[in-house]
Amino acid sequence: MNLFSVTLIIAIGTLSICLVLTAIRFAIGPTLPDRISAFDLFVANVIGIIAIYTELTGNADFIDVAIILSLFGFLGSISFAYFLMKRIR
Amino acid sequence: MLNNLDSFLLKETISSVFILVGVAFMLIATIGLLRFPDFYIRMSAITKGSTLGLGLILAGLGIYFDHPAMLLKVVAIISFTFMTAPVAAHVLSRTAVQNKIPFWNKTNLTDFQSYLKKEHRSEKKVDEERAK
Repeated sequence: MNLFSVTLIIAIGTLSICLVLTAIRFAIGPTLPDRISAFDLFVANVIGIIAIYTELTGNADFIDVAIILSLFGFLGSISFAYFLMKRIR
Repeated sequence: MLNNLDSFLLKETISSVFILVGVAFMLIATIGLLRFPDFYIRMSAITKGSTLGLGLILAGLGIYFDHPAMLLKVVAIISFTFMTAPVAAHVLSRTAVQNKIPFWNKTNLTDFQSYLKKEHRSEKKVDEERAK
C-alpha cells in the first residue's frame, strides 16, 4: 500500500462523511425542496465515490455507472420539481 | 525505464492533488448544506461546490488513466454535469419561490419585491381560474 492508495482511501472516507451529513439534512430538512436539493448532492457524492473507486481498482468499466447515475440524478431532480409545480396548481 | 517510472509517479501525484482539492470542495458544499440558514442560500452553496468538486475529481481520474476512451467518458460526464446542474438549481429555486418557501430574515428583498409579487399573483390567477 503506497501513498497513492492511502490518499484515495482518505478521499473515499471524506466523501462517506459527506454522505452522512447530507443524510442528516435529508432527515431534518423542513420543506420538500430542501430534501430534493439534499438528494441532488447525494447523487453527486455517489458519482465522486464511484470515480475514486474506479481509480483505486484500475478497472475502467465502473465509469459507465457514473455516466448513467449523472443522467438519472438530473432526471430525478427535474421530475421532483415538476411534481411540486403541478401540486400548487 | 527510469523515464517511464518518473512519468507514472508524476501522473499519480497530479491525480492525487486534483482529487484531494475536489473532495475538499465537496466537503465544503456539504457543510454549507448542513449549516446555512435558508433554502436559497443552501441551494447556491451546493450547486457551486458540488459541480466544481465533481469536475476536479473526474479530471484527476482522466489524468490518471491517460487513455482516449476514458478521457471521452470523463469529458462527457463533466460537460453533462456543467450543463444540467445550473438548470436543475434554477428550476428548483423557481418552484420554491412559487411555493412560498420563506426567505432568511436578513435577506435584502427590496429589489426583488416586484418579481415576488408577479409570481404570487400568477399563482393566484391560476387559483381563480381553477375556482371558476
